[in-house]
Amino acid sequence: MHEFLAMGGYAAYVWTSYGIGALVLGMMALGARRAERKALDALAEDLAGDDDDPTA
Amino acid sequence: MFAFLHKYASLMHFYRLSARLAPWLTALTAVLLAGGLVGGLALAPADYQQGDSFRIIYLHVPSAWMSLFVYMCMAGAAFTTLVWRIKLAEIALRESAPLGAAFTFLALVTGSIWGKPMWGTWWVWDARLTSELILLFLYFGIIALDGAIDDRRMGARAAAVLTLIGVVNIPIIHYSVEWWSTLHQGPTVSKFDKPSIDTRMLIPLLVMVVAFTTYYAAALGARMRAGILAYDHKASWVRALVRGRSPEHA
Repeated sequence: MHEFLAMGGYAAYVWTSYGIGALVLGMMALGARRAERKALDALAEDLAGDDDDPTA
Repeated sequence: MFAFLHKYASLMHFYRLSARLAPWLTALTAVLLAGGLVGGLALAPADYQQGDSFRIIYLHVPSAWMSLFVYMCMAGAAFTTLVWRIKLAEIALRESAPLGAAFTFLALVTGSIWGKPMWGTWWVWDARLTSELILLFLYFGIIALDGAIDDRRMGARAAAVLTLIGVVNIPIIHYSVEWWSTLHQGPTVSKFDKPSIDTRMLIPLLVMVVAFTTYYAAALGARMRAGILAYDHKASWVRALVRGRSPEHA
């Protein structure tokens, strides 16, 4: 395990790369999820507003 | 044939199909990522010249591939936007751009971190690196241009024009390592006649490329569904969908 983490002396380079990779991919997934949820929430709010309006 | 195309270009059909496929796409991506990472980080042998530092390849090559692949998808969407004015293409173009920018950023950063121990420098202004950096700025430009125009459909058309102009950069990036002398190594994978890479190294790399592609498809799907809801917010199917989701309207 120690040998695996040491990456033959290149641990700093390899694990920094993978850390940044996880960060970037994570942000992409989070951004996509948030966009979808926000769109649905905005519509639900819009719709609730319409229903409350007696003239609608 | 045209009716078929029209049906699948319709926002409602795309939304439903994409929402149905989403969990499968996510699961497939997770399995591919896990397999590719174990194969690349643990099972593949160390490189005889680069030692374990070569393992950055399993992030670098897939993200560099995606930086070009997403751009070509956007070019297709841009063409469709300008010629047929299909809303779905406008949404695909707009929602792809941040994802393409993220992959390009990752390709540049991992390349830089890999370059330090191997070339002795984080950065050189050579053809491959410079043209990839220009690609990142192109993505930023497309996002900014689209965002600067209030009318959504006009914004998409302007972004489409810029996307098509930027296509000239793609072959430059791809062939830069052959046209100019550079620190960047030449192609290893696309030489199918005699691949100059061990199979145990190559298979995880191909798995990671597929994983990044499905990752893009999954993220793009979710972003496009959000975009469709915003475009089609007055449509009855959208209203029915939102009513069905919230318990107080059920």
